[in-house]
Amino acid sequence: MRHNWWKIVSVILLLYTFTAGFLTPVPDLGNLHQSIRNLYFHVPMWSAMMTLFSVSVFNAVRYLRTPDPRYDLLSSRYAGTGMLFSLLGLVTGMIWARYSWGEFWSNDPKQLGTAIAILIYLAYGVLRNSITDLDKRGRVSAVYNIFAYCILFPTIFILPRMVQSLHPGGQGVEGNPGLGGDNLDPIMARVFFPAMIGWSLLAVWIATLQVRYSVLHEKVLNHDA
Amino acid sequence: MPHPTKIIHLLKKDILLELRQQYALYGILLYVASTIFVLYMAMGKPDAEVWNGLFWMIQLFICVNAVAKSFLQDSKERMLYFYNIAGPVDFILSKLLYNVIIMLVMSFCSLLIFCLLLGTPMQNAGLYIGITCLGGLSLSLVFTLLAAIASKARQQAALLAILGFPLIIPQIMLLVRLSRAAFGEVFRAGATWKIAGLLVGLDVMIVLLSIILFPFLWKD
Repeated sequence: MRHNWWKIVSVILLLYTFTAGFLTPVPDLGNLHQSIRNLYFHVPMWSAMMTLFSVSVFNAVRYLRTPDPRYDLLSSRYAGTGMLFSLLGLVTGMIWARYSWGEFWSNDPKQLGTAIAILIYLAYGVLRNSITDLDKRGRVSAVYNIFAYCILFPTIFILPRMVQSLHPGGQGVEGNPGLGGDNLDPIMARVFFPAMIGWSLLAVWIATLQVRYSVLHEKVLNHDA
Repeated sequence: MPHPTKIIHLLKKDILLELRQQYALYGILLYVASTIFVLYMAMGKPDAEVWNGLFWMIQLFICVNAVAKSFLQDSKERMLYFYNIAGPVDFILSKLLYNVIIMLVMSFCSLLIFCLLLGTPMQNAGLYIGITCLGGLSLSLVFTLLAAIASKARQQAALLAILGFPLIIPQIMLLVRLSRAAFGEVFRAGATWKIAGLLVGLDVMIVLLSIILFPFLWKD
């Protein structure tokens, strides 16, 4: 119980999100109408993804300092789960875009950022598969993980800047407060922040399950189980 | 920790090898010329936007080939020799410098051939040359570190492309937007310098990351 309290918190927060998310009143903004409720599902995918990638890179750094295979396993499984959540974020975003912007893909900076993140971590997976020596694999994928993470962050900050600040009379991002996140209605904030925390905790839970599964898999492979 | 003399020596070694063997340099020049020629046959003389986009795509492919040839041709025995005579920081800095020089030369040549065959729609030639240099520098820095990573795996050249293309997207986007300034497009005041500053900042970060991370790759 001492170790699992956060899982219970995550379930409670998510149940709260699902019920309150659909029952509380929401501001009616532009052409969003009720679809603004997607804010509780789509944006937390981002926070979950970033949490997972951050844990992954933290473990990569730990692996480079002490080459314990545990850190390598943690780093790779967290990156894999992070990619799952980035795919989910992309899909929920595309569904939302279809109904509010008219098309699935509209060259929005956040969509581009997610696509780039998916490509980067897919390449990470390919790199891991192409090295057979276990120590070398851990080291090289840790180096790539750190490098990719350091480039990913500027990308996510550069892309919005690209669309907004270049052309004097330019549009920038369509004034969708769901994307900006700055001017968040207090009614929505009451459900939004618990949703962010709940989804992030769920993501970490899924990642820990992945790690446990991998550890068992390795034990079976080494005939330790 | 880095010794400038060692770096210069390693750099001189690479350049001498290049001048004598002339294998990589002419190989890449031929690749540049053929690619641009095929592009010309396919596109004719495109207008400014298309020209710009095509130019940066060609730069990307040239960079991948140039860096792959330069980094991945050292055999294991030679790497062991370098491991004994120089430290990892010196080695990676000399490789970075070498690839930057090669890429600058290639960028110039490709710009010349591009202008010759596909026309010169740019208005401010000097600015475009400067942006090309900055672009070549940025691309070669990223791909050098990635080549160092890819050299540890099998299927090295393919892996270099797979690893590199997602990571190079922000820089390519910045370069394409920045080079629109040379086509006479009006930017908000200070935006050009902001973009150039972002690019330089990214390059500095990549060099620092290379210096920090390469010793871990070196340990083989």
